[in-house]
Amino acid sequence: MTFRKSPMGPLDYHRRPLPLLVFISTLIFIYLPVITLIAFSFNDSRRNIIWHGFTLKYYEKAFANAELMLAFGNSLSIALVSTLFSGLLGAMAAYLLWRFRFRGRAIFEGAMAMPIVIPEICMGVAMMAFIARAGWPQDLPWPLNLGAITAAHIAFCFPFTAIVIRARLESFNRQLADAARDLGAAEFQIFRDIVLPHMKPGIIAGGLLAFTLSLDDFVITFFTSGPDSITFPVKIYSMVRFSVTPEVNAASAMLITLTVLVTAIALRIQNRHRMRGG
Amino acid sequence: MPSSGAGPIIRIEAVSKFFGGKPAVDNVTLDIRQGEFFALVGPSGCGKTTLLRMLAGFETPDKGRIMIDGRDMTGIGPNYRPVNMLFQSYAVFPHMNVEDNVAYGLKIARKKRGEIISQTQEALKLVKLAGFEKKKPDELSGGERQRVALARALIMRPAVLLLDEPLSALDAKLREAMQLEMVHLQKTVGITFLLVTHDQSEALSVANRIAVMQDGAVRQVASPQELYDAPNCRFVADFIGKINLFEGVAAAAPQQNRVRISAAGIGQVELDGEVLGPVILAVRPEKIQISHEAGVQRGWIWVHGKVTDIVYFGGHSNVFVDIGAGRPLQAGIPNDRRAGMANAAPGDFVWCCWRNADTLLLPG
Repeated sequence: MTFRKSPMGPLDYHRRPLPLLVFISTLIFIYLPVITLIAFSFNDSRRNIIWHGFTLKYYEKAFANAELMLAFGNSLSIALVSTLFSGLLGAMAAYLLWRFRFRGRAIFEGAMAMPIVIPEICMGVAMMAFIARAGWPQDLPWPLNLGAITAAHIAFCFPFTAIVIRARLESFNRQLADAARDLGAAEFQIFRDIVLPHMKPGIIAGGLLAFTLSLDDFVITFFTSGPDSITFPVKIYSMVRFSVTPEVNAASAMLITLTVLVTAIALRIQNRHRMRGG
Repeated sequence: MPSSGAGPIIRIEAVSKFFGGKPAVDNVTLDIRQGEFFALVGPSGCGKTTLLRMLAGFETPDKGRIMIDGRDMTGIGPNYRPVNMLFQSYAVFPHMNVEDNVAYGLKIARKKRGEIISQTQEALKLVKLAGFEKKKPDELSGGERQRVALARALIMRPAVLLLDEPLSALDAKLREAMQLEMVHLQKTVGITFLLVTHDQSEALSVANRIAVMQDGAVRQVASPQELYDAPNCRFVADFIGKINLFEGVAAAAPQQNRVRISAAGIGQVELDGEVLGPVILAVRPEKIQISHEAGVQRGWIWVHGKVTDIVYFGGHSNVFVDIGAGRPLQAGIPNDRRAGMANAAPGDFVWCCWRNADTLLLPG
């Protein structure tokens, strides 16, 4: 969007009063709460309603909160491992669906997308029931105690990565694979040298998507976490239940910053490759 | 380099390929000789690309077999065949630079580093891309990408280079330049080229020999001159170049090896030939002359009609004359001659004539 004077293009809605009003109110509606949250994380007051002055002490307090930091570490570890595995599984599933024709392919594809469609609360309950029924070992030392949550996160993240990578593969020119084969490449060499480089931006974007999904997931995590395996969003929730202090704001602001950062990187990588024309 | 001297480099023996029960390639037998520039032409859907893909190994024949360089190719995958292909979309690997693209086949073949470097340099020089080594495909023009694809295929020193409509994506000027360059390149490297194209004029200008395909079958295999001057059927006559076709009936003439043909718009003519029954008279537009006065000359066919349209083409004009044959007669008149021809205009009645010897007699 550029703010040039005439000529007026079809996307210059910001120059007409009514669309401009809608545009601005939408922005306010979406971003004002977030901005307020971040602003009040710097508020020098125990309560969150009246502005008393600027301070960083709630950030210090948040960083000094061992339980919060442990939850943060847990979240990061879970997100990293889930990203790795969902990237791998997603890439494999996407390649399988793209490369081969086999019986039950449509069913497989549908079943794979199920975790996206099923309400998260149901997924959470199902995961909890499954983990209890499977007799998942409790009281394991860190980081093994995060196993159950990580498994649940991989299960709901990898369909997203698979879809992103699959979409990327759709733009692959199959004549490239033919050309490589014509030059003597075997199936694996074609995959390694030609198809995988094309999938790469999809894998990175899908992985970062999985990272943000895992990092800020609450519902499924809430049902699968034990007393000693609290994640960042769950910890914030329990803090809010006592009182909404600027410390909660500070913690939330940190989470927002992290997710926005990761999403921005994901979009950048995707756009760069799209502009190149892949 | 191809080893065996004698015998065709490619032998296609009674090959058929069916798609959904319908033959895409229908019992084709064809020999392609060592070192020639051969073209497969035909309208889209005639099976020429399927035939090419069977030679490359991307499709397998349902019937018959293919021999390349004396070896039966049945059951041999594309990566083990002594042929390489130039793809319609060029298929230059987008994430590799020019050098890596060209060297790819040699790397797969695990050639020594020094050998790869020197051969890559040589191949790039051959296609006039020296100095482009580190460029990425998205920095190249369409013509340059085409050269990368050429170098990448030629570096493998295939027995035959298969070209799948390689010039169709280029604009007209560049296409003509590339056609000429390809002819020179083929002579330089001495590798057999097999070109597939729907553009008959491209085939005429680059190939030594041409096979015309229709509905999965080969209709005629001949040199460009022979194909143009002596097509063996209506389809080939109509497909290659411009031509006037008149339906008629042939009856026996008093002389031996002569037939008397009556055709609408032309009347009765006697020609050399043996075909009786329904026939087609065909004459190329450039063989026809136009004048305002009637003349009678032995060995010429004269027809009379009204000029309906004159289409200007720069060097020549196409004059359409309604001679009552259902379709107007098309005469290609060079414009320097037309200027001196008392300026025929649409609506004028004119005489058209051409030599008996320039008339083609085709089975109807």
